[in-house]
Amino acid sequence: MPSFVIAEKCDGCKGQDKTACQYICPNDLMTLDREKMKAFNQEVDQCWECYNCVKICPQQAIEVRGYQDFTPLGANVIPMRGTDAIMWTVKFRNGNLKRFKFPIRTTAEGTIDPYAGKPEPDFSKIKESGFFNYEARKQ
Amino acid sequence: MEKETCTFAYCAKPEVVEVDTDLLIIGGGMSACGTAYEAAKWATPKGIKITMVDKAATDRSGAVAQGLSAINTYIGENKVADYVKMVRNDLMGITRDDLVFDLGRHVDDSVHLFEEWGLPIWKKGDDGFSLDGFQAREAGKKSLKDGGTPVRTGKWQIMINGESYKVIVAEAAKKALEYNRKATGVDQNLYERVFIVRLFKDANDPKRVAAAVGFSVREHKFYVFRAKTMVLGAGGAVNIFRPRSSKEGQGRAWYPVWNSGSGYALGMQAGAEMTLMENRFVPARFKDGYGPVGAWFLFFKCKATNSLGEDYCANEKHLKEAREKYGKYVDGMGTTIRNHLMMQDMKAGKGPIIMRTHEAMAAINKTFMEKLGDKEGKKKLKHLEAEAWEDFLDMCIGQAGLWAAKNIEPDKEPSEIMPTEPYLLGSHAGCAGFWVSGPGDIPGTPADWAWGYNRMSTVPGLFMMGDIVGASGHKFSSGSHAEGRIAAKAAIAFILDNAGYKPVARKSIDEMMGEIYRPYEIYEQYKTYSTDPDVNPYYIRPAMLQARLQKIADEYFGGISTWYVTSKTMLDEGLKQLQLLKEDSLKMAAADLHELMRCWENYHRILSAEAHARHILYREESRYPGYYYRADHDYIDDNNWKVFTCSKYDMETGQFTMSKRPYVEVIN
Repeated sequence: MPSFVIAEKCDGCKGQDKTACQYICPNDLMTLDREKMKAFNQEVDQCWECYNCVKICPQQAIEVRGYQDFTPLGANVIPMRGTDAIMWTVKFRNGNLKRFKFPIRTTAEGTIDPYAGKPEPDFSKIKESGFFNYEARKQ
Repeated sequence: MEKETCTFAYCAKPEVVEVDTDLLIIGGGMSACGTAYEAAKWATPKGIKITMVDKAATDRSGAVAQGLSAINTYIGENKVADYVKMVRNDLMGITRDDLVFDLGRHVDDSVHLFEEWGLPIWKKGDDGFSLDGFQAREAGKKSLKDGGTPVRTGKWQIMINGESYKVIVAEAAKKALEYNRKATGVDQNLYERVFIVRLFKDANDPKRVAAAVGFSVREHKFYVFRAKTMVLGAGGAVNIFRPRSSKEGQGRAWYPVWNSGSGYALGMQAGAEMTLMENRFVPARFKDGYGPVGAWFLFFKCKATNSLGEDYCANEKHLKEAREKYGKYVDGMGTTIRNHLMMQDMKAGKGPIIMRTHEAMAAINKTFMEKLGDKEGKKKLKHLEAEAWEDFLDMCIGQAGLWAAKNIEPDKEPSEIMPTEPYLLGSHAGCAGFWVSGPGDIPGTPADWAWGYNRMSTVPGLFMMGDIVGASGHKFSSGSHAEGRIAAKAAIAFILDNAGYKPVARKSIDEMMGEIYRPYEIYEQYKTYSTDPDVNPYYIRPAMLQARLQKIADEYFGGISTWYVTSKTMLDEGLKQLQLLKEDSLKMAAADLHELMRCWENYHRILSAEAHARHILYREESRYPGYYYRADHDYIDDNNWKVFTCSKYDMETGQFTMSKRPYVEVIN
């Protein structure tokens, strides 16, 4: 399902040096047409439908439509990613709707303190098994 | 053909950025994030500088970019030795038991960190039913580290709410890098959107690599990273074989479409020895959408059958024939054997193969109602339905979209499953990769399995991790992170032991830059010759380079169009075709930086594919039926081939040197 950008909703992230979708796409697909100030997916057959552009777009201007070489028309899957949970709306071809909400993280974004409460590494053990913070299990 | 060069007569010369560092992490996925986390703690007190270079944004790069619904390797209450036995069985008897054991004894700590950092992990409720990450927290369930009980699907797998899995792991890695950056006083140590194309050898020590070079896909900048040691985690290879999808759906590979074989190609350029590169992974997944089947098989106890309702793994005739060819391995019922039996039924016209989701859900429904009564049973069933959808929405959203587009509700009707096109990787049910040193402390380890630093390749100072470590599959996301940490610690030890080493690249910056920007120069030089820049006799654009590679690999190296069948004569012919493609890669053309990345990604794919084919040619048996078949040696031959096939690639001559190393059962 390649991502696509709804022209009316996209504001090109207001002309910042890059758009949010451009920043996040793992495959460098999203790009900005500087004349129109609208983003677009420049290589739809390399889209993994990971939805990272959809989830990050501040205007909710990006959706995904099924790969037409095997997907019938008429369905869509729309996420709304919050700070600790994600809501999904799945619309079927026949109009049925399903809604789900799932946790995404139990800590606030940006609050990870990676070495809090961890011991200092013991350099006398650097060539033994075990990470800096514990002995590897024996069995 | 005339040889093309790049002197920047046509395309603009990029700005050169030179970065000198001690430990260079190439990649940004789970293993790279593990390296950053572990290395920063060891390196910083010693003033050792760490730099990470990622071709995407680390928050969403690598194979976990979309998220995951399960962590497939958590040892927990099990024994590490049993994990080794499971992995060895699934990989048809040939694994580096020392590496697998080492991974198993380390992996849980990474999972505990993920939970500490905020990854929601399902827990078993008091009533035996599952609680998601939030419900578990509300119910006051303990963390895994403190003895909490995860929701096991299989023996090794635990369920998570993993939409933000990579975001969380990246946050910790980025903070670790920042801690090191501040302490060592450098301006920048995380380079996103920089694609590494080549590793260059050292001018003074021909055994070592001195520089990793590449370019920014966003700015016209050429990067030269010189490092005392490098840890390579640039992933396996997808889309080297023609995919089942014919047009835009080819992006929907099972393995992430951006994993372009860079991990293999970079190590090959350095001359690192490879092992079991004939191995591949052919997952059987929901058709077209390639949605995960693990939770369905393991968690929902779903059955897959042929279209007549028969269990394809229990067909006596097919089992008997398989045993005649593949012996005792058939009864191990590993992934390759299950694939093989599925395909036997498909070839007999008993397809499509059906995942009987509706029956699994009906059975669960019945149990719930009996156990809990109507009201509570319905509530639990609704939760279960959400769990089924979450399995897709966390890690393969497109499959949810495909079900919706076909009006498929899994509790009402079944879905088709299908073996995919082949992928090269070493972290899932595959084990293609590099020969690396093991930890050395496991009794019975042969000397040539552990010659120094853990996870170091045969190139001193070049470490491997994740999908490109050979002969030790089934690490998955958690194991890749743990392996990145293992490699990090060993790399720091290597730096401390070799403090005097100063990397000097064998080639000048202009030479290296000229090589990398050649496709840009070629395009600029010739683009106006024809009226359509896509059709021009002077060059080949990356999309067509990929199409040709996929056709060669598919038709000659055992892709989907031959039902994964190949032979010596097929391989010989395919390798001839591949040689011409390799020559043509000197005429790749790129209209912009994005396309320049695609050019080199596809070059990396070509090298990966060649290594794969050379290894299949070398191993004169069919060790992995269901993944591929040597029709001229369609049997398993333990007397001659229960060995590690190994190879070295010479970048200058383009020649492969093949060899065998004996297999030893270290863990029993």
